[in-house]
Amino acid sequence: MKERRPLRYLTKIVHAGEKPCPATGAIVTPIYQTATYVMDGVGKDKGYDYSRHNHPTRRALELKMAALEGGVDATCFSSGMAAIDALMHTLEKGDHVLACDDLYGGTKRLFSQIYSKVGIVSELVDMTDPSVIKKKLRKNTKMIFIETPSNPMLKIIDIKAAAKAAKDAGIHCVVDNTFMTPYFQRPLELGADIVVHSLTKYLSGHNDLIGGAVVTSDKAFAEKINWIAKSVGNGLGPQDSYLTIRGIKTLGLRMRQHNDNAVKIARFLEGHKKVSKVIYPGLESHPQHALAKKQATGFGGMISFELKGGLKAGVRCMESVKVWLLAESLGGVESMVTHPYTMTHKDVPEEQKRKLGITEGLVRLSVGIEDADDLIEDLDRAIS
Amino acid sequence: MAKGRPRKGKAEGKAKPRKEPERSPPGFETRAVHAGEEPEDQYRAVIPPIYTTSTYRLEEVGKSHGYDYSRTGNPTRTMLEKKLASLECAKYGLAFASGMAAVNAVLALLDSGDHVLCEENVYGGTHRLLSNIYPKFKIGLTWVDATDLENVKKGFKENTKLLWIETPTNPLLKILDIEALAKLAHERHALLVVDNTFASPFLQRPVEKGCDIVVHSTTKYIGGHSDFIGGAVVTNKDQVYLDLAYYQNAAGAVPSPNDCFLASRSLKTLALRMRQHCFNAKRIAEFLDGDRRIRKVYYPGLPTHPGYELAKRQMNDFGGIISFELDGDIEATKAIVSSLHYFALASSLGAVESLVAHPVTMTHTSLSLAERERIGIKDNLVRISVGVEDVADLIEDLDRALTKVLGPSRSRR
Repeated sequence: MKERRPLRYLTKIVHAGEKPCPATGAIVTPIYQTATYVMDGVGKDKGYDYSRHNHPTRRALELKMAALEGGVDATCFSSGMAAIDALMHTLEKGDHVLACDDLYGGTKRLFSQIYSKVGIVSELVDMTDPSVIKKKLRKNTKMIFIETPSNPMLKIIDIKAAAKAAKDAGIHCVVDNTFMTPYFQRPLELGADIVVHSLTKYLSGHNDLIGGAVVTSDKAFAEKINWIAKSVGNGLGPQDSYLTIRGIKTLGLRMRQHNDNAVKIARFLEGHKKVSKVIYPGLESHPQHALAKKQATGFGGMISFELKGGLKAGVRCMESVKVWLLAESLGGVESMVTHPYTMTHKDVPEEQKRKLGITEGLVRLSVGIEDADDLIEDLDRAIS
Repeated sequence: MAKGRPRKGKAEGKAKPRKEPERSPPGFETRAVHAGEEPEDQYRAVIPPIYTTSTYRLEEVGKSHGYDYSRTGNPTRTMLEKKLASLECAKYGLAFASGMAAVNAVLALLDSGDHVLCEENVYGGTHRLLSNIYPKFKIGLTWVDATDLENVKKGFKENTKLLWIETPTNPLLKILDIEALAKLAHERHALLVVDNTFASPFLQRPVEKGCDIVVHSTTKYIGGHSDFIGGAVVTNKDQVYLDLAYYQNAAGAVPSPNDCFLASRSLKTLALRMRQHCFNAKRIAEFLDGDRRIRKVYYPGLPTHPGYELAKRQMNDFGGIISFELDGDIEATKAIVSSLHYFALASSLGAVESLVAHPVTMTHTSLSLAERERIGIKDNLVRISVGVEDVADLIEDLDRALTKVLGPSRSRR
């Protein structure tokens, strides 16, 4: 076949990593619900030997993820935390991780409660000013770990600057790209080495599975991660791999709708007299609006806000919404409202919460793909 | 075109009884996500479970929780049926194992001696059922070109019970006037059946125009991902619903809980997908229309299409299916459909992946040559189902295949 120009993005979303089944012509990647594979002879397999190591359905998803993030390879895990856990397995006792201060509570828990035990020290710093990174690097720092936008305060970190600091120090820069997805932001193209994802969120997009991924531009690192997944046994199963592929097919369409709805809702909240503060990177009032515009092609579907009535008003609002669901998680077609203080960031120490601004009154929205007017009407009624 | 904000049907989940200011009925996208799905009670799972169970334990003899056997009813299927009804703005929805099973269930409403008046350009499978299976039950049949209402009037007989149409039709994309045909059918005490597969409820809601029964192949736009086979019937009529539900249980062509789950999941992005299908199709139709290697383009969104004005009236947009005749013979046509890269040569339509079909050898093989000639399905006719990929890639793909077989583009403009 003649060489083709690189696929345009919406085409890549549908086709990358997949081809019709050579045996039957089936247009959709099959679900290989098999634990093991028959060998043609001793030591002779057709690329798969045992489904903990990998299986064709997961592999199709991995190739798609690698193509969408612009990486060389990807590994898919049974959860976002399993993906980050695999990253931590590349480190050793005595290593140091420099991470941004406003991280998902689960990541913080893994760093501070699990890996501190085996002598891996993590340090959380505010990286909105990227010059801080260089100052905080230690001799034994092996990894810079950032989320941008961060969860739940939606701080934006300059990926290019963080990646450069890592490169100068000869270490890896990891970006958790869950909030943006590669449709809006591709950290590897901005110089980062590794991207992690909770596939549970926008990528699969329908709130119906738990999964994670590591994508990298470093071939050797990819092999290491694959080896860890195989050894630890936390790879993603065939059914969930398939549902994730299926979810990704509409990623572009969903992200546009999440974004368009979120812009409308953020503007509505900003103009509401009972709202004291709205955090959304797409608002001109966001301190890093310009950076958000520069490094991503959209602002995403996550909004945090505070009501003038504080905790009491926040709880009343969250308990009176009808279209919005009060639930943990985000990134699904269903709109969700979360109380970070008692839900996603419950395990973060009080003092840290206060420092970050995760107050008792903070409400986090994951804007779905419903009709924006319904979402605004519902919020307006709940706030009033 | 402005998107309508359809009002919710009665089949949707009950509003919670609490005093509060009146809410306006939710819009299409909101119902697509939420209708039929209440977080379940036991654990409050946001996505209700997939009930892969064949049967249900009874509390005591004669006392169930609403389900006794999964052929009769299954909670995952109920969820899909409610969502379908809500999106079609109808009272009732019933899910079937395939589009043909749905069509078959509607035909099973008839008795020996009844007559069906049917639009001549329907899907080959419907054609086969009506012309090869049902005659043995002495169900009469007349084909008619339903774009001409006078024709339709003449086609009615004393015993005509169903007027059966598709709009847009497959594969020639004729647009039929649902409102006018419903009126004609009702004057003759017949029911109007509309196969709404090509439009999907996002683009067209026939029950709002007086149609009595809507059928769907949910394999197509409703499923949208080429990954299961399914069908549905939607109606506002109480007795039709009861009869269909009776037949659904008696004949047992029901979809599996897993497929019902996938269909419900798909409906959540129906609006988003349809917008992209329509956006892409319009551009491709314009490209084909301006190219001399194409003799004729059938797409209701082109102002030259005879049904353009009617389509604008009864649909929210023009859909994702285009048919066209090539400036070449059957061999050239086969060569072109086989050289496309993104358009997979495959039966079916309505998926995120672009597909191409050659109706004469694929979807309409059950028609005789004479029937095909009468209807106008020619050897050089190609049907494409435009996916949600980047439209520039799709146009490049078509252009490359046309160039390979027919030589470089000769613009009409």
